[in-house]
Amino acid sequence: MRTHCAILRASSGGAWRDHPGRLVLAILGIAFGVALGVAVHLINASAANEFNLAVRSLAGEADLVVRGPRSGFPDSLYPYIAKRAGVRAASPGVELDAQLAGRHETIKVLGLDPFRALQVQPHLLLESRDALLDMLKPGVVLLSRSAADELGLKPHDTLRLQSGTQVVTLRIAALLPAGATGQRVAVMDIAQAQWIFGRVGELHRIDVKLEPGASTARFSRELAPLLPAGTIIATPEAEAERSASLSRAYRTNLDMLALVALFTGAFLVFSTQFLALVRRRSQLALLRVIGVTGAELTRALVIEGAVLGIAGSALGVALGVGLARIGIARLGGDLGAGYFHSVAPALHVDPAALAVFFALGLLFAMLGAALPALEAARRAPALALKAGDEEEALSALQSVVPSLALFAAAWVLAQAPPVGDLPIAGYFAVAAILVGAILAMPRFAQAVLSRLPPLRYAPATLAAAQLQATPRQVGVSLAAILASFSLMVSMLIMVGSFRDSLAAWLDQMLPADLYVRAGRLGDAGFFTPDEQARIGRVAGVASAAFIRSQNVYLRTDRPPLSLLARPLPRGGSAPALPFEGPVLTPGAGDAPPAWLSEVAADVLRVTVGATIDLPIGTGTQPKGTAAKRFVVAGIWRDYARQNGAIVVDRATYVALTGDERANEAALTLDPGARADAVAEGVRAAVANEAGVETISTRELKAVSLAIFDRTFAVTYALEVAAVLIGMFGVSASFSAQALARRREFGVLRHLGMTRRQVGAMLACEGAVVGSLGVAAGLAFGWLISLILVHVINRQSFHWSMDMTIPWRDLAVLGAALVAAATVTAMLSGRRAMSGEVTRAVREDW
Amino acid sequence: MLTLNAVTKSYAGPRARQVLRDVSLSVGDGEFVAIMGESGAGKSTLLNLIAGLDLPDAGSVVLDGTDLSALDDNARTRLRRHRMGFVFQAIHLLPHLTVSQNVRLPLDIAEMPRDQANRRVGAILEAVGILKLANDFPRSISGGEAQRAAIARALVHEPQLMLADEPTGNLDREAAAQVLTLLREQVKQRAGGGILVTHSGSAARTADRVYVLTQDGLAVQTG
Repeated sequence: MRTHCAILRASSGGAWRDHPGRLVLAILGIAFGVALGVAVHLINASAANEFNLAVRSLAGEADLVVRGPRSGFPDSLYPYIAKRAGVRAASPGVELDAQLAGRHETIKVLGLDPFRALQVQPHLLLESRDALLDMLKPGVVLLSRSAADELGLKPHDTLRLQSGTQVVTLRIAALLPAGATGQRVAVMDIAQAQWIFGRVGELHRIDVKLEPGASTARFSRELAPLLPAGTIIATPEAEAERSASLSRAYRTNLDMLALVALFTGAFLVFSTQFLALVRRRSQLALLRVIGVTGAELTRALVIEGAVLGIAGSALGVALGVGLARIGIARLGGDLGAGYFHSVAPALHVDPAALAVFFALGLLFAMLGAALPALEAARRAPALALKAGDEEEALSALQSVVPSLALFAAAWVLAQAPPVGDLPIAGYFAVAAILVGAILAMPRFAQAVLSRLPPLRYAPATLAAAQLQATPRQVGVSLAAILASFSLMVSMLIMVGSFRDSLAAWLDQMLPADLYVRAGRLGDAGFFTPDEQARIGRVAGVASAAFIRSQNVYLRTDRPPLSLLARPLPRGGSAPALPFEGPVLTPGAGDAPPAWLSEVAADVLRVTVGATIDLPIGTGTQPKGTAAKRFVVAGIWRDYARQNGAIVVDRATYVALTGDERANEAALTLDPGARADAVAEGVRAAVANEAGVETISTRELKAVSLAIFDRTFAVTYALEVAAVLIGMFGVSASFSAQALARRREFGVLRHLGMTRRQVGAMLACEGAVVGSLGVAAGLAFGWLISLILVHVINRQSFHWSMDMTIPWRDLAVLGAALVAAATVTAMLSGRRAMSGEVTRAVREDW
Repeated sequence: MLTLNAVTKSYAGPRARQVLRDVSLSVGDGEFVAIMGESGAGKSTLLNLIAGLDLPDAGSVVLDGTDLSALDDNARTRLRRHRMGFVFQAIHLLPHLTVSQNVRLPLDIAEMPRDQANRRVGAILEAVGILKLANDFPRSISGGEAQRAAIARALVHEPQLMLADEPTGNLDREAAAQVLTLLREQVKQRAGGGILVTHSGSAARTADRVYVLTQDGLAVQTG
């Protein structure tokens, strides 16, 4: 033990004591990486956990939930299920998202039969028996505590909700018991909910509690084929999983970005350790000379890395918990993406997750120390004692074979299909490109630097000579820039491509002049046929296209798909959608056409020409009614509905369902008509003008792009953090090298170079290294962006997009990075030259 | 050529001390003088003052009529660049430059035309006997060869004054003798004058005159 301490003191103590700045940088690098990982993971996990609990809380003690689409299923299904063998109790429910009148928010309305609910969902009602009786009175709701807190309401206040284009006013009788649900929910009597929201005879869910010992799997298996098409049965756990699946790709991507930050931080520690050990090479060789074995030396240096890792990881975990607390309070559980707006998560700190991130930080730090330590221990001490041997320490980095192998692996991985709907192979492909690129940097530096033209300016000549003689050390510095910059470039290209594609998509999807919606949010707003006719007659309206949106369950493990019934152009040709690939025109005897979004086509695993069965117009019989067959006539790009969308002809939809209601209208105006005047006319044409929202095409596009920017704000923030951590790495490696070159600076000062010239020399070196890093970062960033766009994004969200390169942003970022590298190098040199640099020539090399 | 008039230098701090007291010295054109002294006598401080790397507290250092104290740091640096050459005990060839690149360094810093610089470097490498090592890196040559390269670097720009600080301190006796002979020969040929700082009596004997630096000042050694 004493030996180990002595070795550690001799090998590490002086280095950290003399250069505490580098120690701090290394610890901060790992701390920031761990902090981002912890913060993003905690926020994601808290939100998903809360969302899961919220979804499950509505099912109460139910073993199974029978669930229908937004259009519901006939309430005659309820007695059919309640009377089945093995059912102990069943609770029918109406469930819809209603827009809060005058607010751009929704609340979940749950209509329950209080007496049935007491048997299945008692936790919602048990503690409020008085309120239970109140519930039966007209216009009364019970409000969840989270809804009351967020909306600032209390018992006996009124709750104003939108139904159709009307506003209904409900009285809050009481609050639901604390802990009943974390969701924003208003519970009311089922009959009243059906009446108020125009859902008479309709149910959306039946929560089923089975007899003790009954098998849920068997019950489900037997009931499923008897349910109307589009109605599914699942356990509450599967329900929660299905609901959370929509955000899973987004959450996984954020986790990956956080890991990227952690990786960049780890790489910073690696490069700092590597260059520091290279610089201390002769000291380490001396220890070997006086009898320290290679193993003892390696152990001491790995312990040194572990000490850094423990300090950085501990600080990172603490910072991460703090960041998560701030993030969840400021941005919500979905970090601004809008997935979890119905729940208000509290931070749930999982010690196991913290331990994993702590261990990852520690592991990366130890790995960062282990590789150079092994090399230092392996090298013959006599050789390592000689000046100029540093470059030899990095000789293992000379081969390009590992890089080529990793690039080949990346190509293979990029072709692989998703795993569980997640682009796992794609992430590995990105990692392979990144690691391959990092390993290629020394060779890249050597190839480029050897071609530098002769320079006349002495500082530039010296800088070139220094870089040409140390391409491997330059490669390590380059790698720190590359690791962060290439990822930033790839994200810029991906997000820029996405944004440009979205803007082009909006242009194509929004050809009308004015858009009208019955309620901005939720599914309780609609226009009656009479209102549609009145809107069509408003002065200035040349034509009005009314769209009905519903949802349908086509896979039990996926959220419902949006069904959009919209009128076809005259002549019955395909609607004007941004199609990708061929478009079929079905013949007279064929099944009616349906046009699927890319997400829907991927989820249903169909291509153009295939047929699908849509559960619409399936009658009102509870048992096994057949779905209507459609032919897939085209696949289109849709950035609006992440769960997938299917467009059908509205005339077909009305003929099948008899549902003539519409949710929105696209109005084309007469030439010269003013949009604001027409909007005024539309509001006057409906029963309640507060229940309608009008928005011009320009505003709608602006709002859509603003939502996009908000969603990607966190992504940008994580990337900026990664670049900052990368700059820490550059700064650390420059300052390590500058300190190692103090005697060189002393000699140059003796030989007549001014401080400014030495500074200029270092600036030239920084500029060259920065430029090479930026060039390599651009090239590999572009490669990674191809995988992000065509593999990760496609497999995660099923969205295709056109690649565009944001040259201006990349040029600005690249220039900023080169400038930062130049200034950093100069400042490192200034620090190294402070004090009596000329005395350094008296020191031995 | 070089005159030191009653130069005094002290260092402040917790261990404040006066290093040089009333040191006067004169080195004429073509002279090669040696300065001897015990460790801590102030030899290196004296060399720093002569090189303009440090300034005296009192007295003056005058090179060819120019008082170094009257110059700012940049001017003193330019003076070193054009008119002085250095040889260090630890040699200090830059490890990332070849021997010829190291030797050419003062010419590059002075921005001498490339062809002219190449000719000068070739000539001096030949003169010090290491032309065949021109493209080798310092780590692959011996200590004696490295010191020859350092001497070449100190004299390639034909300075008025060559300053050598223990140039043979790291060499064996045979190599040291060769280097000292070479140093004297080259100083006589290419430089206006030279100062050799050493505590080796045999090294000092190669000089035209030998001074001894003590706490009382600088005195010519006789006998």
